[in-house]
Amino acid sequence: MADLPAAIPELVARFGPHLHSSPPGGWAANGDPDRLVKTHCCFCGQQCGIQLKVRDNKVVGFEPWEEFPFNRGKLCPKGVKRYLQNEHPDRLLTPLERRAGAGFAPIGWDAALDRTASEMRRIQQAYGPDAFAIFGGASFTNERAYVLGKFARVALRTANIDYNGRLCMVSAGAASKKILGIDRSANPWNDITKADVVLVAGANIAECAPITTDYLWQARERGAKIIVMDPRLTPIARTADLFIPVRPGGDIGVFNGMLHVMIARGWIDSAFIDAHTTGWAAVEACVRNYPPERAAQIAGVPASLIEKAAALWGPARTSFILHARGIEHHSKGVDNCMAAINLAVATGRIGREGCGYAMITGQGNGQGAREQGQKSEQLPGARDIDDPKHRQEIAAVWGVPEPSIPHKGLTVVPMIEAIHDGRIKGLLSFCFNPAVSLPDGNYVRRAFEKLEFFGVADFFLSETARYADVVFPVALMEEDEGTTTSVEGRVIHHRQAVNPPGEARQDWKLVCALADRLGAGDKFRFQSAREIFDELRLASRGGIADYYGITYERIDNEFGVFWPCPSDGHPGTPRLYEGGRFAHDDGRAHFQAVDWRPAAEEPDLEYPIILTTGRVVSQYLSGTQTRRIGGLVNQCPQPRCEMHPRLAAELGVGDADFVRIESRRGQIVVRAQIVKTIRPDTIFVPYHWPLDRSPNNCTIRAIDPVSNIPEFKICAVRVTKTVAPSDPIAALAPEAGGIR
Amino acid sequence: MSELAFFIDYSRCIGCQACVQACEECDTHRGRSMIHLETIQRRETVQTAPQVCMHCEDPICAQVCPADAIKKTSDGVVQSSLKPRCIGCSNCVLACPFGVPKYFGDIDQMMKCDLCYDRTSIGKRPMCATVCPSQALSYTTLEEIERSRDGVPSNVWRFGHEVVRTKVFVVLPRQAPAVHVDVLRGDGSVAHAGGRVDDVAEMLNG
Repeated sequence: MADLPAAIPELVARFGPHLHSSPPGGWAANGDPDRLVKTHCCFCGQQCGIQLKVRDNKVVGFEPWEEFPFNRGKLCPKGVKRYLQNEHPDRLLTPLERRAGAGFAPIGWDAALDRTASEMRRIQQAYGPDAFAIFGGASFTNERAYVLGKFARVALRTANIDYNGRLCMVSAGAASKKILGIDRSANPWNDITKADVVLVAGANIAECAPITTDYLWQARERGAKIIVMDPRLTPIARTADLFIPVRPGGDIGVFNGMLHVMIARGWIDSAFIDAHTTGWAAVEACVRNYPPERAAQIAGVPASLIEKAAALWGPARTSFILHARGIEHHSKGVDNCMAAINLAVATGRIGREGCGYAMITGQGNGQGAREQGQKSEQLPGARDIDDPKHRQEIAAVWGVPEPSIPHKGLTVVPMIEAIHDGRIKGLLSFCFNPAVSLPDGNYVRRAFEKLEFFGVADFFLSETARYADVVFPVALMEEDEGTTTSVEGRVIHHRQAVNPPGEARQDWKLVCALADRLGAGDKFRFQSAREIFDELRLASRGGIADYYGITYERIDNEFGVFWPCPSDGHPGTPRLYEGGRFAHDDGRAHFQAVDWRPAAEEPDLEYPIILTTGRVVSQYLSGTQTRRIGGLVNQCPQPRCEMHPRLAAELGVGDADFVRIESRRGQIVVRAQIVKTIRPDTIFVPYHWPLDRSPNNCTIRAIDPVSNIPEFKICAVRVTKTVAPSDPIAALAPEAGGIR
Repeated sequence: MSELAFFIDYSRCIGCQACVQACEECDTHRGRSMIHLETIQRRETVQTAPQVCMHCEDPICAQVCPADAIKKTSDGVVQSSLKPRCIGCSNCVLACPFGVPKYFGDIDQMMKCDLCYDRTSIGKRPMCATVCPSQALSYTTLEEIERSRDGVPSNVWRFGHEVVRTKVFVVLPRQAPAVHVDVLRGDGSVAHAGGRVDDVAEMLNG
């Protein structure tokens, strides 16, 4: 591809983001809905139950679904307003084709599919099968993820498929697998309420997983102590019993320092360690080097806070660890998570009521979408793509020779690098807006310009889709049927509420049509999502993430079923590791000793300030969906740079002043927000906005060596006061990347 | 089992505005949110505070209404102004000790939180308290609150020497189980009741 097919303001004028603020017919159009559809929110990993009001095949509103046990009717602002997407004026209603200099023109489905399939063939014949890559997404249902993974391996036969969960759950997943044996939260959320101490590490629960707040508060009402680690004093940290304002990247200092104190004070469960674990001696030797004073230097906090944390955590009767992107988005993200999980295993407080561990999955199907085979190293059932036995099992289900299944391919960031160096020439991307969500955004966008063919499937023309040759209009969650697997490991049922608008189609139908054109149609004769799920169940059978005993009917009758659920009569498994039985072959947990190491880029004289990124409650991920909803945009119209008054004084910056944030890779201009609730050595900018408002212009393309998660949570920047920008991008509406 | 009641627990609020967004979805005032969510002093703290109508036993808004447009139902819910009577004078907006009534110029009428009367009168919970992720807003029984909460519910407010009793309860810390609204200093700054400091730089000093 080359440059954008039209100037950005022209693309924005035609395709948005525009704000949509009222239901179909306007607020005055009252009247009873034709029906209420019990389904789930399309946004984060909590997958709250919700009822959508439908009238005349349009989603016109919502009603809380109080019976669904996870959220009992509770919703965050995104859940309340998600219904406004179905009739959004920015929806893509036909396939589009790039017209250089003129933007995009509508084309028919057959033409779009034919061109995409022929480009796939051409590129693979010219450059080899792996030169055409696939991006998937963790907002995909299990069914879509399964079909896309099978498509890559069976129809396209490329090794290069990966998904945007690579930016989300992979550090937590890898750590969990290494120590406990399974990549899933170990406990259902009810266990949080029964813990006597809850450690929240790098999780802005109030804004990124709002419904979990009530679980935390229920624990607190019972007298639980709450410990929060975060560089920012978040809404849950405000009333925590202990807030540890850890330096970005300093988490291992806190975890290893706590374990050092716990060993010294005898607050570990030696009997449990002897009976149920391996590797303890190495951990003990490792944390000997983390006395509180040294640990405190690494963590950038007073040693007394680490000692207090150990004193709260160590002797507790029951406990729960929750962590999220704050400790995971690092080039040592897996190590961070392992150091956290060590704390649960060392006390033997796991696999029991009120005792456990959970990663807070960020994306809607963050859990399930990684299990069905769109993750570069996995086949369905969370199987290992390089394990001969696992390959045989899946080859048998798919009816293909085992050697025809490609091996592990590149993950997301190395794929962008492979586009730059010419190893990948074609890309078809679903459910992903890497132009906003990947680090080192300028490098990412330049990569798209180098592709010989770029196809994008989305419901809106995302910032990424602007670079596409062909754009496919696809369906929202409420316009398709399928299952997702929530943050708890609970498999739930999204019911179809309405048909997709215009010519938009469900993603899996697009994938099956492409498979047909590639000559593999006989493997993709699915007529419904249920048929896909039935094959998925079979493919997952005997795997780690075993869905075999789960059916749509059971999900509906039981408010979801927790995997593993290996047979029809199996009740599902809300809590893993009961009785100290872990998922490794030896049945034991495998402690992992981890030493702290610096970030890929620490601040220095030239770039002296730490930039960390995250979310706000009213926006979701790259904002493709939520930057189009009026009420949500009004809540936080544009990103601001949070900085402490002490840093602001050094920089001569006042509240709401414009500041330029520069790293070695790029820059943005945003307004400052001066708050005492952040470390003075760190600034924070939320990442939901594009172009010159995207802090990912500054973030670094460093990845964890095991999980390949990017280091979104720390890079070095300098900050200077500046004047209001007056360029054409700045003049756009804030939701499109402008600034006010 | 006593009747369902509305409880506000400010210590639980996370400022997410789910209440604000959900309020405007209510059938009786679609597109207009009646709830207030106050960000106290963002520079100093992330504390936020939701404010629904407290439904005073003796509502001051109704007392000061020259048009007799504000009525209380027999079950103690203070309603929005009656459209044929409201003259848009905003006396109620100025008089309410909780700052609840809103004057809407486009319809020249005061509207306010009516405890989702269309929902609560048929046994449903109010929209805001149903969706509230932190349950800073909750609609349940006094017994359930006493069973499940560490704090103490109170519906008695002391504004200096004036006592106001409300249908809506607030959940207060056990150590400070009364609301004295004179904790505001004369200069308008907030007296930190618990002496809590939200300055991360000070925390790092140990």
